[in-house]
Amino acid sequence: MLSRQGVRSGLRAWCAAATARPLLARGFADAASEKKAKVFGEAQVTDKFKEDWKKIAPNFDMPKFPSNFMEARPPVPPTIPAKLTVNFVLPSQYELQAKQVDYVIVPATSGQMGVLPGHVPTIAELKPGILSVHDGTEVKQYFVSSGFAFVHANSVTDIVAIEAVPLDRFDPDEVRKGVQEYNQKMNSAKDDLEKAEAQIGVQVHSALQTALGIS
Amino acid sequence: MASGSGRRGGLRLARILSGNVNSYLSSGAEKASTAAWRSTGQLSSAEIAPFGARSVSGQIVRNRLRSRMVAASKLRNVQVKAENSRGLWQPFTALLGDAPATKVDKKLIVTISSDKGLCGGINSTVVKYSRALVRLNALDHGPDDKPAVVYVIVGEKGKAQLQRDSKKLISLYFGEMRKQSVCFTQCSMMADEILKSNEYDAIQMVYNKFNSVVSFLPTVATLLSPQQLLAGNQELTGELDAYEIEGADTKEEVLQNLGEFQFACMMFNAMLENATSEMGAQMSAMENSTRNASDMLDSLTLTYNRSLQASITTELIDIISGAAALEG
Repeated sequence: MLSRQGVRSGLRAWCAAATARPLLARGFADAASEKKAKVFGEAQVTDKFKEDWKKIAPNFDMPKFPSNFMEARPPVPPTIPAKLTVNFVLPSQYELQAKQVDYVIVPATSGQMGVLPGHVPTIAELKPGILSVHDGTEVKQYFVSSGFAFVHANSVTDIVAIEAVPLDRFDPDEVRKGVQEYNQKMNSAKDDLEKAEAQIGVQVHSALQTALGIS
Repeated sequence: MASGSGRRGGLRLARILSGNVNSYLSSGAEKASTAAWRSTGQLSSAEIAPFGARSVSGQIVRNRLRSRMVAASKLRNVQVKAENSRGLWQPFTALLGDAPATKVDKKLIVTISSDKGLCGGINSTVVKYSRALVRLNALDHGPDDKPAVVYVIVGEKGKAQLQRDSKKLISLYFGEMRKQSVCFTQCSMMADEILKSNEYDAIQMVYNKFNSVVSFLPTVATLLSPQQLLAGNQELTGELDAYEIEGADTKEEVLQNLGEFQFACMMFNAMLENATSEMGAQMSAMENSTRNASDMLDSLTLTYNRSLQASITTELIDIISGAAALEG
């Protein structure tokens, strides 16, 4: 899955000669806030399902569903809220959980995307790059590997990434070496698969280079 | 607990009666308890303690405590990982909803079970619910058409149970997961493999969610395929159309990636939860079997003492009556 995702974004970056795009600030959502977003706190278990279950398995309780274990999301507020609620999750931990911030900048595949309260509901695929969370004067920056960002109509943003590391954990020498190594691999790749893998390596390492500000 | 001498006698008796003990036990769990009992050294101790000598009971208690602590620490490790991964699937459910009642043509049922046994009833629970889901699907579709339901099994125990009656429905199975602790790379590779070899409309993952060391909740997670999401069944996926797709990709590609990513994330969480439930169930099973073994030891000791006293009394009566007969 990851290789497939990387190929597309790798190819795109390659074609578009990936340079850091200028900040795309998004406008506020106007009519969208009138629509009520579904509040997913419970599974949509129809009565028919319950009856069918009783028919086939009268002795077992109904199984639980993941939405039983989740808190319901807040409904769409009538006015644009002052702060954005961010949930930033990784497979290994909850990085940020329901944190109220001013805005975040996510590295979407089409460039850095700024998300402010009242942003249009969006599904954004992320490419390797810097994610920054701004709250007043506090800025936290992470290098994320890739993932997805969902912006909902109720000004809740979910960012799901596979790896996210604060920038000071990277070794600039290793990054430079990585860029050279993957460039070499790309030039000497024998088939499409190897080429794609090398491209992913190049993309990640060059993004790291730009992020760390080293040449 | 029986007193010291009674216990020593009980050891001898239990050894003599070990043949009877085996026939007395019927279920596998109790057989396992004797096995556990033997392995903790009560019967397998090399020195046959002569009647009246002290056995090394202190050592046995310490061994048991140690193995319980090892199991508890293993459980704690996996539990921490599982709890940390719980945030991973929530954004997807918030976006895409959770609709187990979807009526689809092709269903893929991913059953997550353990490799090792001695873990209580968690594997049979998962298998029961998987079978129930298949029957539910059959209900929806009527007796004539053949709804395509396919199993993908993770774990040896699930495969062993499902093989008996649903062999034709099993498409893929993953075994020997215990050799490596669960990590996201592994899960995404498994997800890749599953998605490559099967066409499906909806995936239902059945696993045990870890609630506490003694309580595991069977859970069914439903994931719709990208095609179904695109078809835009409003009530199922919520206003997915209201979401703009950021990125140069078309909506189909992004939804495809989204579907696959969701599967990998959910599978990661499901496998961790199941692994934690397995450890918890193993701990409780070990506790129960040790307690059963101690109880059995006590009752056998009492039986031994009673029969010993009875035989001594009988002999005494013989001697006394014989002596009285000689005198008189």
